[in-house]
Amino acid sequence: MGIERDEVAKVARLARIAMTDRELDTFSEQLSRILNYFDKLAELDTTDVEPLSHALPVANVFRDDAPGKSLPVDVALSNAPERTEAAFKVPRVLDEASSA
Amino acid sequence: MADLLDLTAIEMLAALERGETTSRDLVAASLQRIDALDGRVRAFLSLRPEKALAEAQAADARRAAGEPLGPLAGIPVAVKDNMCTADGLPTTCASRILADFRAPYDAAVVSALRGAGAVIVGKTNLDEFAMGSSTENSGFGPTRNPWDLDRVPGGSSGGSAAAVAARMVPVALGSDTGGSIRLPASLCGVVGLKPTYGRVSRYGLVAYASSLDQIGPFARTAEDAALMLQVVAGHDPRDATSVDRGVPDYLAAVCGADVKGLRIGVPKEFFGEGLDAEVERLVRAAVSACQDAGATVREVSLPHTAYAIETYYLVATAEASSNLARYDGVHYGHRSAEHGDMIDMYCRSRAEGFGDEVKRRIMLGTFALSSGYYDAYYLKALKVRRLIKQDFDAVFAQVDCVVGPTSPTAAFRFGEKTADPLSMYLSDIYTISANLATIPGLSVPCGFTVAGLPVGLQVMSDIFTEGRLLGIAAVVGQATGARHRQPPLLDTLAGGKGVAR
Repeated sequence: MGIERDEVAKVARLARIAMTDRELDTFSEQLSRILNYFDKLAELDTTDVEPLSHALPVANVFRDDAPGKSLPVDVALSNAPERTEAAFKVPRVLDEASSA
Repeated sequence: MADLLDLTAIEMLAALERGETTSRDLVAASLQRIDALDGRVRAFLSLRPEKALAEAQAADARRAAGEPLGPLAGIPVAVKDNMCTADGLPTTCASRILADFRAPYDAAVVSALRGAGAVIVGKTNLDEFAMGSSTENSGFGPTRNPWDLDRVPGGSSGGSAAAVAARMVPVALGSDTGGSIRLPASLCGVVGLKPTYGRVSRYGLVAYASSLDQIGPFARTAEDAALMLQVVAGHDPRDATSVDRGVPDYLAAVCGADVKGLRIGVPKEFFGEGLDAEVERLVRAAVSACQDAGATVREVSLPHTAYAIETYYLVATAEASSNLARYDGVHYGHRSAEHGDMIDMYCRSRAEGFGDEVKRRIMLGTFALSSGYYDAYYLKALKVRRLIKQDFDAVFAQVDCVVGPTSPTAAFRFGEKTADPLSMYLSDIYTISANLATIPGLSVPCGFTVAGLPVGLQVMSDIFTEGRLLGIAAVVGQATGARHRQPPLLDTLAGGKGVAR
């Protein structure tokens, strides 16, 4: 299947990537070509096939509920683009007009 | 000694042991080679010359004092720049979004290398976030193939492969999600191994596609690759997918290895349309060499090979879209200077920080997981992934390994595939199945094209049989002698090959 420009814009919003009009055109064309190629998978009958998300047998990994060593706050914040004393600083989340 | 850097890591260790050289000389030679060549090759994104030399001197002092030494004591190594290093070097993933990121901790493999006494000289270039097959997607410019500077080194671990091929370091680490160790190993004429999923801890490896990512070694010989794997393999409680299973003696598996009685399967699907005739001839010659050495060869079938590319790019991009959600301009990484509210800040920071291929894959994955398409794409891909795994299970009931080409062609030219993302994806056609099936795969040089470009033979076997792959690689290496040829680039070095003294 192809993917229309509006659909690409929607996916870009979901993926939180700002896109120019030109990028939307390019991605629409490229993703359509790729998805058309991927449609070959539809040929295969997988009715009774269990999906495989992990090829090795996995078991739950437990550990004692004891506090381990963790990064000191200052180190954890050391790469933050913006910070306050002990927290990551972010821009406004809600409009003044909007209600929670 | 003609040139220290012509030695393999194992030969270097022996020379150190005999007192014929010092770690300081080895590391100085490595840094000098990088200085002489890396302006042209661009294998490295960052270097730590002073610290490396200091560590080398410390290793020499420990050796002189008769203190216990690790298995890589004093050996210069390189690490792909998607593995965290807490020593002040950036960890960029070759992405502008992480250009200034300094990891607060060492990746498990980095700790393992340091613990073994290895001296990390620097961090190597890659396709941004390991997404690509040529290293052209690096946010900081491509790496060039030491065998022909007009051609790509393969990707995504192109920097590590080129660094080993140009003998800047004897060994290096890469990561392989769909062929990112084996493809550049093939195109650069070195040995590259992707271990079984879970064999090596991914703690501190920046995630691309978590059900496929695995770390492994580059080296010029199977023996050196075995030595490196020995150091990094093993269980790590910090990576819940790492497997709690004993690590065999890989060097023992390689030394004196033979292929007598080895049952080799040649998948007919790996010799179809798109395979370069010269590559096919060299690969078939290597298979014949194994047969002459006592292996039995039979044709086998991996019928779902034709669906591997689609399956891989759906699974990998879905996982990537989730993994890369963390680059949000909040905790670390680039934040757009101009932005409105929180969502706008996310969107602009990511638009400015990610390159086109990363955006393309995040978009593909987001689409494949989105409501209305999940069943047709992502779930379908997971089902086909099982069919691909079952193909290998059936084949490994009949043979000990499968062999074929690593790449359909030798190294291609810059720009040849960048305009058409799909043609680039097809470079991975022979390598991605191993990641989907979680089995180990290795590429070993098996000869050169008429134009002088290296060609790799890929060998895959059942889970946790890395020793077998390394043994086969040792035999192929002996039979073809490919390891003794060096890139013509090295002949250009002033004063023969610029030995550090």
